[in-house]
Amino acid sequence: MSDTASANLTAPGGPPKLTKISEAVIRIAGNSQDGIQAIGGFLARLAGRSEQEVMTFMTIPSTISGGPSIFQVRVGSGEVLSSGDEADMLLAFYQHSYEDHISSLKIGGIVLYDSDHVEPKPEWQETYRHVGVQISGLTVEAIGGTGRDKGKNIYALGLLAKIYDLNVPKLTKLIEERFTGKDASVVANALTCFNAGYSNSLENLLKTYQFYPAEAKARPQIVMNGNEALAFGLIAAGVRFGAGYPITPWSDIMELLRRELPKYGGEFIQCEDELAAVSMAIGASYAGRVAVTGSSGPGISLKTEAIGWAVMAEIPLVVVDVQRGGPSTGMPTSIEQSDLNIACFGGHGDSPRVVIAPANVEECFHAAIEAVNIARKYSTPVLLLTDQGIATRIEAFDEPDLKAVCQDISPDLTAVQDHKPYDLNTTDGITRHLAPGTRVASGKYPVVTGLEHDELGHPTGSPTLHVKMNAKRRNKLRALSWELPVPKTYGPDEGQILLVGWGSAQGPLREAVDRARAVGDAVSCLHLRHLNPLPNDLEKVFRGFHHIFVVELNDENLYGFGQLAAILRGRYCDPRIRSITKTDGLTWKVKEILDRSRTLAQAIKSGEA
Amino acid sequence: MTTIAIPNAVLPRTTRTSGEPVPLLTDADRKGLTKKEVAADHPTWCPGCGDFSVLALYFKLIERRKIWHEKITTVAGIGCSSRFPYFVQAHGAHYIHGRALPFASGVSLSRPDLHVFVFGGDGDAFSIGGNHFNHTARKNIKMTYVVMDNFVYGLTKKQTSPTSPIGFKSKTDIWGAVDQPINPLKQAIAAGATFVARTTHTNANHVLQMMEAAMDHDGFSFIECLSECIEFFPAAFDASNPRKGGKFDLIGPEHDVTDEMAAYKLADEPFPGKFGIFYKNNRPTKNKLEADIITNSRAKVKDLADWQILQKTFDRMK
Ligand SMILES: Cc1ncc(C[n+]2csc(CCOP(=O)(O)OP(=O)(O)O)c2C)c(N)n1
Ligand code: SF4
Ligand SMILES: [Mg+2]
Repeated sequence: MSDTASANLTAPGGPPKLTKISEAVIRIAGNSQDGIQAIGGFLARLAGRSEQEVMTFMTIPSTISGGPSIFQVRVGSGEVLSSGDEADMLLAFYQHSYEDHISSLKIGGIVLYDSDHVEPKPEWQETYRHVGVQISGLTVEAIGGTGRDKGKNIYALGLLAKIYDLNVPKLTKLIEERFTGKDASVVANALTCFNAGYSNSLENLLKTYQFYPAEAKARPQIVMNGNEALAFGLIAAGVRFGAGYPITPWSDIMELLRRELPKYGGEFIQCEDELAAVSMAIGASYAGRVAVTGSSGPGISLKTEAIGWAVMAEIPLVVVDVQRGGPSTGMPTSIEQSDLNIACFGGHGDSPRVVIAPANVEECFHAAIEAVNIARKYSTPVLLLTDQGIATRIEAFDEPDLKAVCQDISPDLTAVQDHKPYDLNTTDGITRHLAPGTRVASGKYPVVTGLEHDELGHPTGSPTLHVKMNAKRRNKLRALSWELPVPKTYGPDEGQILLVGWGSAQGPLREAVDRARAVGDAVSCLHLRHLNPLPNDLEKVFRGFHHIFVVELNDENLYGFGQLAAILRGRYCDPRIRSITKTDGLTWKVKEILDRSRTLAQAIKSGEA
Repeated sequence: MTTIAIPNAVLPRTTRTSGEPVPLLTDADRKGLTKKEVAADHPTWCPGCGDFSVLALYFKLIERRKIWHEKITTVAGIGCSSRFPYFVQAHGAHYIHGRALPFASGVSLSRPDLHVFVFGGDGDAFSIGGNHFNHTARKNIKMTYVVMDNFVYGLTKKQTSPTSPIGFKSKTDIWGAVDQPINPLKQAIAAGATFVARTTHTNANHVLQMMEAAMDHDGFSFIECLSECIEFFPAAFDASNPRKGGKFDLIGPEHDVTDEMAAYKLADEPFPGKFGIFYKNNRPTKNKLEADIITNSRAKVKDLADWQILQKTFDRMK
């Protein structure tokens, strides 16, 4: 919490003193069935409506009926890049929440605990400010009832509203909106809980806080998580058919598309397995309009044969991979970036395809549109790689200008004179897919196929044609690489260390750069959204730095390099490219990145690495 | 603010731009296609392979029913029989082993204007694609599926197939097959297929009759067509061929095709069994059910452009 006033020592019992802050990290710890996500969701949406920046982080228990879970919200009046290393406030519902998460709190931070369930430890009283409230008991007192813990999340939200001087009318409206459609008593109870929490005198609290007003945003803010942003991006892009099979954390996307697409005249089909799902999506794409399939973890492995077919047959397709910890069933609710290899190279044979990884929730929306456009223009499958971190994290971002971004990509079936699906006489290897239903006046119809083929799609055993077709499939993606913008460094384009990252690492990397620069270290970072093909001219960017450290959430593998690091080393043959990896299932902490890169630079200097 | 590197572009239709616009044709202007116009590559099948007759009768169907090239799509998986799309002069797709049905479902569900025909072998249908067979049948996705059943793996040169009879000597069962074979008809009925028929390549009229009935069925129509692999399982179907001393028994008029139990029982008769339509019902197709969902969902947003529908959703997410 960036206090501006120095510590003030109003005696306990006196009125808490108001302090202005620019941001706060609040960690809410409890069990998932307690509705702690709901508290986080309210805070995030309030931030969006107040034009503040917001980012959340949550862990989902892998047990089915709930279990320990956290939701962390970082709200700021300025730019918020990551969900925050250390919390300013811990809201703990249970003893385990208190004990497991107190270490995530800043020294001097506030732990707000449910004194009905938490027995505070004397040895921690010195380090953290303890504020106990009988959250469970007072909730029951407020709304009566069975003594079940329902409503205590909203009571706690009331407490937070008091502590952070949050906008009560806006919160009240959000609560009303959230429960509309339910029984009127539900809304009334929720508001009673909220007001009871808000009017608690919070006797042990030394200060209350107030955010500096945020700078007015040019566009209204919209609040959602990455899975939602991606699904709505696909709808905006004009996708009207999808097929999938449920798996965490991809399922949210398919549920949303199943529910929403019919409004747009589209459909999303739940299939018997991922083999059917990818095949059905490819069939629909073949039928004329780019379709989507997606999965996580093992489901992606199952789709690889079909993706190879789409590469060979040159059929546009979008495949979403919400990465989770692998291999095999792996760590279903962990954050990992270990599918880059399967995305770029999965399947047998040489099968170049496109891979894009959005950096944050807002990019999920736009990257989905870009994926569709690339798939169409280059007649190729495009893999969209997100991860559990972005998928479930809520952010507020500028509402897109929907009228401008929504596309119509319905197939054009007007007759053509002649068509070669695999014409070899193009300079860039790009050919078009011609949807069935199109009359070809020459009477020669295309067959699309996974066998090596001639220009009309008929099978061939000719080595010459195989060489030419391999070149065609490769060259069209080279043509794409020249269209991709060369990414710019965050921070100066010269310095000691260049941190390179992809996907959800962007926020923490940028914050690491800010912090390093603040203490005089010449660190910059480079974020790659297009991973296959890579944009050109990265070597020019690399030239400005002594060290190039690729920071990613996967294993260093047999030879000491994470997946992107290995690809970049292969592409640029630059031995300065080194790897910083981890697989603990959590997003990067800024401090971790700074410590690891300092240590690595030191080790290189002393010849140990 | 994120920018999109590759914006939506107006794309050329095809790489071949051969001058004049193509004249519009109304159906009335067009004559039915001749065999020459629907035949593409000369089939790569072994001379005498049963699959030739199935292809010839598909051409006949197209001629007889005056189907234009662009009104159909021919889809197949992998196998000798699955080479089908290359031999047909029309839009076609040669997909991967076992997954022709979900591919065809994607076409069928998104393009009500096309009739989708799927051709394939017994291994493609009931072994690697077995699960898709069940689910496409139960969902009743509109298409016509002809399985050219030769009781053997042809393309990979004589391994046991899921329909190989017990005792059949193959390269993977040199002592004779030991596993209980699948009964495709029983499987189809149990899975919920709404049109189940059986025919054999040696009776051309009957094949055509079944194909026509299948095409006219609004739903998932399945035909098991016995099709002899002259190379690896010759004489497999002699018992069903009167010219080889066998008997070709049609299902009698007394059979009620809507009676599932009766159909199941009829399908259980030992080889050569009966030929004709075993089962048929008019359960709504998935195509129809999905279309209904769309109609209901659109009733609430009917006067809005797509971006306005999305805007309404976004307005609730602020
Ligand atoms: C994933 C996969 N596994 C195996 C094969 C090899 N394979 C091709 S066709 C075939 C079986 C063909 O038998 P069937 O479907 O009965 O067709 P037929 O050749 O008899 O017409 C097999 C095993 C393949 N192409 N793909
Ligand atoms: S191997 Fe058998 S199924 Fe294949 S083409 Fe030859 S005869 Fe026909
Ligand atoms: Mg076979």
